[in-house]
Amino acid sequence: MVAASGSRPAAHERRIAGHLAWHALVVAPAVILVAGLLRGVAGALSAAIGLALVALNFLVSARLIAWAAETSPSFVQGAVLGGFVIRLGVLSGIVLLLDQLAFVDVAVLVLTIAVTHLALLTWETRSVSLTLAAPGLKPGVEPGFGRRAKLEKE
Amino acid sequence: MHDVLLAAQAAGELKEGLSAIGAGIVYGAAAIGPGIGIGIVVGNAITAMARQPEMAGQVRTTMFLGIAFTEALALFGFVLFFLAKG
Repeated sequence: MVAASGSRPAAHERRIAGHLAWHALVVAPAVILVAGLLRGVAGALSAAIGLALVALNFLVSARLIAWAAETSPSFVQGAVLGGFVIRLGVLSGIVLLLDQLAFVDVAVLVLTIAVTHLALLTWETRSVSLTLAAPGLKPGVEPGFGRRAKLEKE
Repeated sequence: MHDVLLAAQAAGELKEGLSAIGAGIVYGAAAIGPGIGIGIVVGNAITAMARQPEMAGQVRTTMFLGIAFTEALALFGFVLFFLAKG
């Protein structure tokens, strides 16, 4: 979508998806460790695959929405709904294929996908809602100080 | 004796078939709700962007998070499908 000023707004979805993927990387060691302790090597490997799929899902979704919004607002609805159906189908196909492999624990894989998807979103929403309401209240940001605040200013 | 074995086998197959049908219904039903939800989220976001183009950034941010949260519902059905499938 073209803003009123005539310039294109930044791809906010990509920035959020980047944050989500980064957070997935941050929580990955803890998730893999817990899955490994509960279900062994297969559990740890499945949790790692699940986290990678969640991050990839967010990144693909963000890229699709940003592309559709920048192309035409009337294209967004179809792109988002089509993307939802295709991504869900692809995700199911990948998990069904992985189900055939002996070293993958499907229960851990699907639970990791659902739980981390929701947990990462909740984490990001807290940050985004505070930023939208009052940028100075963003968690982890000292107004005017720190690397993150500097990045935000840029 | 042969009849008893056949009946037991049929019962096992019936149970397997019913659980497969149940898993399919769970997955399908869990995908319908989020589909409607995403339609509502995106429709309202487009209306908001059309009314206030200067707010497009915030609207798109909120829309992306709304879509992702709605997708989580479909993922619950996806989890149940694989757990029911065994």
